[in-house]
Amino acid sequence: MKIKWALLVSLTSLAAILAGCEPLLVLDPKGPQAARQAGDISLLIVLMAFIVIAVLTILVIVLFKYRASKMPDDYEPPHIEGNIWVEVICIGIPIIIVAFLSFVSVKSNYIVESAPTGYEEEPLVIYASSSDWKWHFSYPEQNIETVNYLYIPTDRPLEFKLYSYGPITSFWIPQLGGQKYAMADMVTTLHLAADEPGEMLGRNANFSGKGFAENRFNVTAMSQKDFDEWVEEVHETADPLTEEEFNRLLEPGHLGQMTFTGTHLDFSPAPEHDHGSDADEHEEHSTHDETNEESDHSGH
Amino acid sequence: MEFFERFAVPHASPMIYASMVAIALVSIGIVVGITYFKKWGYLWREWFTTVDHKKIGIMYLISALLMLFRGGADAILMRAQLSAPEMKLLDAQHYNEIFTTHGVVMIIFMAMPFIFAFMNLIVPLQIGARDVAFPRLNALSFWLFFAGAMLFNISFVVGGSPDAGWTSYFPLAGNDFSTSVGTNYYMIAIQISGIGSLMTGINMITTILKMRAPGMTLMKMPMFTWSAFIANVIIVFAFPVLTIALLMGTTDRLFGTNFFTTTNGGMDMLWANFFWVWGHPEVYILILPAFGIYSEVISTFSSRNLYGYKSMVGSMVLISLLSFLVWTHHFFTMGQGALTNSIFSITTMAIAVPTGVKIFNWLFTMYKGKIRFTVPMLYSLGFIPLFTVGGVTGVMLAMSAADYQFHNTMFLVAHFHNTIIPGVVFAMLAGLTYYWPKFFGFMLNEKIGKITFWLLTVGFVLAFFPMYITGLDGQARRMYTYSEATGFAPLNMLSFVGAALMAIGFVTIVYNIYYSFKNSPRDIGSDPWDARSLEWATHTPVPEYNFARVPQVASSEAFWDMKKKGHQLFKGEIKDIHMPNNSGVPFVMGIIFFIAGFSFIFAMWVPAVIALIGIFVCMALRSFEQDHGRHIHVKEIKEIEAQYGEVPGNENRSHTTTRV
Amino acid sequence: MKIDHTQPLEYSTDQNQLNILGFWIFLGAEIMLFATLFTSYFIFEGRTGSGPTPAEIFEITPVLIETFVLLTSSFTIGLGVHAMRLGRKNAMLTFFGVTLLLGLVFLGVEIYEFMHYYHVGATYQTSGFTAGLLTLLGTHGAHVTLGLFWGLFIILQVKKRGLTPENANKSFIFSLYWHFLDVVWIFIFSFVYLKGMM
Repeated sequence: MKIKWALLVSLTSLAAILAGCEPLLVLDPKGPQAARQAGDISLLIVLMAFIVIAVLTILVIVLFKYRASKMPDDYEPPHIEGNIWVEVICIGIPIIIVAFLSFVSVKSNYIVESAPTGYEEEPLVIYASSSDWKWHFSYPEQNIETVNYLYIPTDRPLEFKLYSYGPITSFWIPQLGGQKYAMADMVTTLHLAADEPGEMLGRNANFSGKGFAENRFNVTAMSQKDFDEWVEEVHETADPLTEEEFNRLLEPGHLGQMTFTGTHLDFSPAPEHDHGSDADEHEEHSTHDETNEESDHSGH
Repeated sequence: MEFFERFAVPHASPMIYASMVAIALVSIGIVVGITYFKKWGYLWREWFTTVDHKKIGIMYLISALLMLFRGGADAILMRAQLSAPEMKLLDAQHYNEIFTTHGVVMIIFMAMPFIFAFMNLIVPLQIGARDVAFPRLNALSFWLFFAGAMLFNISFVVGGSPDAGWTSYFPLAGNDFSTSVGTNYYMIAIQISGIGSLMTGINMITTILKMRAPGMTLMKMPMFTWSAFIANVIIVFAFPVLTIALLMGTTDRLFGTNFFTTTNGGMDMLWANFFWVWGHPEVYILILPAFGIYSEVISTFSSRNLYGYKSMVGSMVLISLLSFLVWTHHFFTMGQGALTNSIFSITTMAIAVPTGVKIFNWLFTMYKGKIRFTVPMLYSLGFIPLFTVGGVTGVMLAMSAADYQFHNTMFLVAHFHNTIIPGVVFAMLAGLTYYWPKFFGFMLNEKIGKITFWLLTVGFVLAFFPMYITGLDGQARRMYTYSEATGFAPLNMLSFVGAALMAIGFVTIVYNIYYSFKNSPRDIGSDPWDARSLEWATHTPVPEYNFARVPQVASSEAFWDMKKKGHQLFKGEIKDIHMPNNSGVPFVMGIIFFIAGFSFIFAMWVPAVIALIGIFVCMALRSFEQDHGRHIHVKEIKEIEAQYGEVPGNENRSHTTTRV
Repeated sequence: MKIDHTQPLEYSTDQNQLNILGFWIFLGAEIMLFATLFTSYFIFEGRTGSGPTPAEIFEITPVLIETFVLLTSSFTIGLGVHAMRLGRKNAMLTFFGVTLLLGLVFLGVEIYEFMHYYHVGATYQTSGFTAGLLTLLGTHGAHVTLGLFWGLFIILQVKKRGLTPENANKSFIFSLYWHFLDVVWIFIFSFVYLKGMM
């Protein structure tokens, strides 16, 4: 048995060395939401390691003490039904741990589900929509749209509105915070914020077909001043996004980075209403026609 | 799509063509071989038409082992593809198909038949019954499972495999994005074998509730029977949900309905909900019988009674209830909001409590015991720490806020393999080694078995522990390739090495069976492990009628009582034994279901309707049939018993000590 | 086969008792099946897309006929089982026959109802709502259809072989099945039709 534990220890350390060159993305947060999650994860790793070590220790002791080769031949193990106090402890300790973690979990839930606090400015709203296998980022406030890259200002809350022109995808920037699904018939909201300038990796984390592996985008966080300059530059240099152009972009495939003025929200709004309810039935019909048209295009 | 184009594999590669040729050759070889050795009659009489729970169990066992290698081939291909950045072994489409079939085959066609094998083999023996409640239905369950498995397995050479993941989330799995017939295979093959599983559930519950030996109250049932009972209750309540979800998915794909589409009122999220309302209980259907096997093995090889019997039962009941209340944790990131996530986060973590109780109970079972390091015991001992790692990472995933970072990454992949491999697969191998002598009359070689165990354990750790790290480093699951710059390469190479070790480990199992068949002694008595429960109280191999006289039970360890406390297990005279007749109908129905399924997959309505009518004709025939079974007469029983020599339990027979 | 005469005929052998328990467990699975169908119907109820709403397509008359007929058939099969317990074979066969006839009427009206939906543009493909509705009704209707054949086979067997423990067992189990379908229909009537027409 000892060989196994020696192996386990050496493997874990080996893995740590191999990975140790750079901190793991998730544990190297660049924003408050990711920091909260990284904190929770670190807490969990420590606590869980403690539990695993406890179980291992008991196992090793029991195996060492009660192995048959050590026992006299005529040793007859006793019949033990169970002891109420032992069981109370076995149930009690896990309950305490779970209760503590539940408390942490609920608290963190409300934090990551709401806009990060401590910022003066209003959140910047960005519509992030996926199509096979690209990401479209619309900045309604700035009236620009990008494909497969995302520029964000630091020190300002970001409110991502997520939806999809195809299969369910998952919008994920590990260093800014955990992911959320983008779906075709509803809009989900993800609150993030970046605390320092720099380049980051973003991707679709949810399997969405053939081009899934390459369904990535680059994220660049920069100061508000740089961001404003970039917006101005876009308005001076980029072409406007037309409906035909956008429909072409939706066709399955991969694209490089692209920049446009105007957003697709004007002619192809996000599916923000409750789909299929009676109240906005009329509005519904018109959207359907559009979606049908789009899928016709993307079908070719 | 043109009708005949459907049958072509959409992305044929040399590997696929080679498989086609191999499948054709092997099939021809089998048919020729059976004909040459004139074994068709034997196969038909002894296996295809059998309703004997032991033979059905053995057929499940063989199928599960075959599927283990099928799913394992997928696994090793995947790890090879990811072993280095920008690998060109598989293209995206092929990789997608392979991880999809790997998941489906391993869960539905490997793990399920494996647990059904042990339920069939062990439960009637453990409760002292002659067979299950509905032997004919039991055979039908097997043939339906087998039809589903075969249907699913031909997909990669006829029409293409499913490629939307084993979870098959819509709209990706809908006609718009999955254009080949692959997902039809998924829907229909799982449906057919799912019906079989449901019938097994009904059968086993009835058997356990009504056919226990005199004196065996519910709280005196051996732990494996308890676990099988609870798993089957979960089956009966969870599988109908899958039936409906698959039905809706099928009509969406074949008849253009709008259940899971994104237009005209369809709701893609509903599939995810239904799938996991079945899917989460499903993993407990697999793990609870595994827990049962560990309970038997640890108790036997510690030479001690199971510690905390009542809390073991209670914790399983609690797990089965909680298993229906946690499904949302599979998609915390779907945007349900903080409240919903909080509720499901807490219910999920709560499962850690009863599971923890079980781990402690196993540890305390060894306390003051006399621990023998046999192969089944090694698997159980490896299970405890490794499964604990899997369990605690489960708690990590249950923290919904943190799960936003774990979800869809290799961390998740590492977690569920960490529970299923040491949890279910190790249990099945422990059970295989432990029960092998009972059904085949010889022991598997211990030395080779230990080599297998170490290969699998080391391989497992190497293959899956690195995924925890790459997951935290941002490697999403189901990516067929990654770039050098990501830095995932070294750890993925390590995973590949681990997977290769596991592959070698699984091959040594086959070698072990071959080696032991040739070399193991056959005079092992009926109790080679010095075991404790009723299944060891009959002969080895088990006669058709299981027990010549029905055993009388006074505790959960009736056989141990007999050996150590002078409890008289068998009383009274031998009487005629009523047994069910063999029937070819289940086998025929399996074939018809296969044809019906195939026709539906390719939307060939005429044969589909004919096959459906065929199924109803079989049911009608069964309704009119008068089959009262047959009797084995006292004289015949006495002759069989005499062949085995002494009847165990009659006298204080000298009991064979275990070779360890 | 051992026959225990202290028990009702349908419970009188070990296998009979197993069959009845097994069938109850099967009904448990059926409850889950229909619960899933109801859940999906409630979810799809308002998701009519470009198709009609429930209130636009439901007609009260056929639904009332269906309800009346099926409830009555549940009563008659109860009488049939009672007659069986008293050993009155002909009365039992009559009541079973009436049950099946009522079931046939139910099925006929349901087919009419489906054709009506088709004519008003509520087909299987129209919307999430129509798919959910027709799957729920269709699954129930398929159960009734299967029941008609099953019941017919039982009548033929009782006629030919008499009231044996085996036949009594089959008849009793069939009555459980039929009552179950009736209960499902009560839920469909209340939560699909009444709710949808209000």
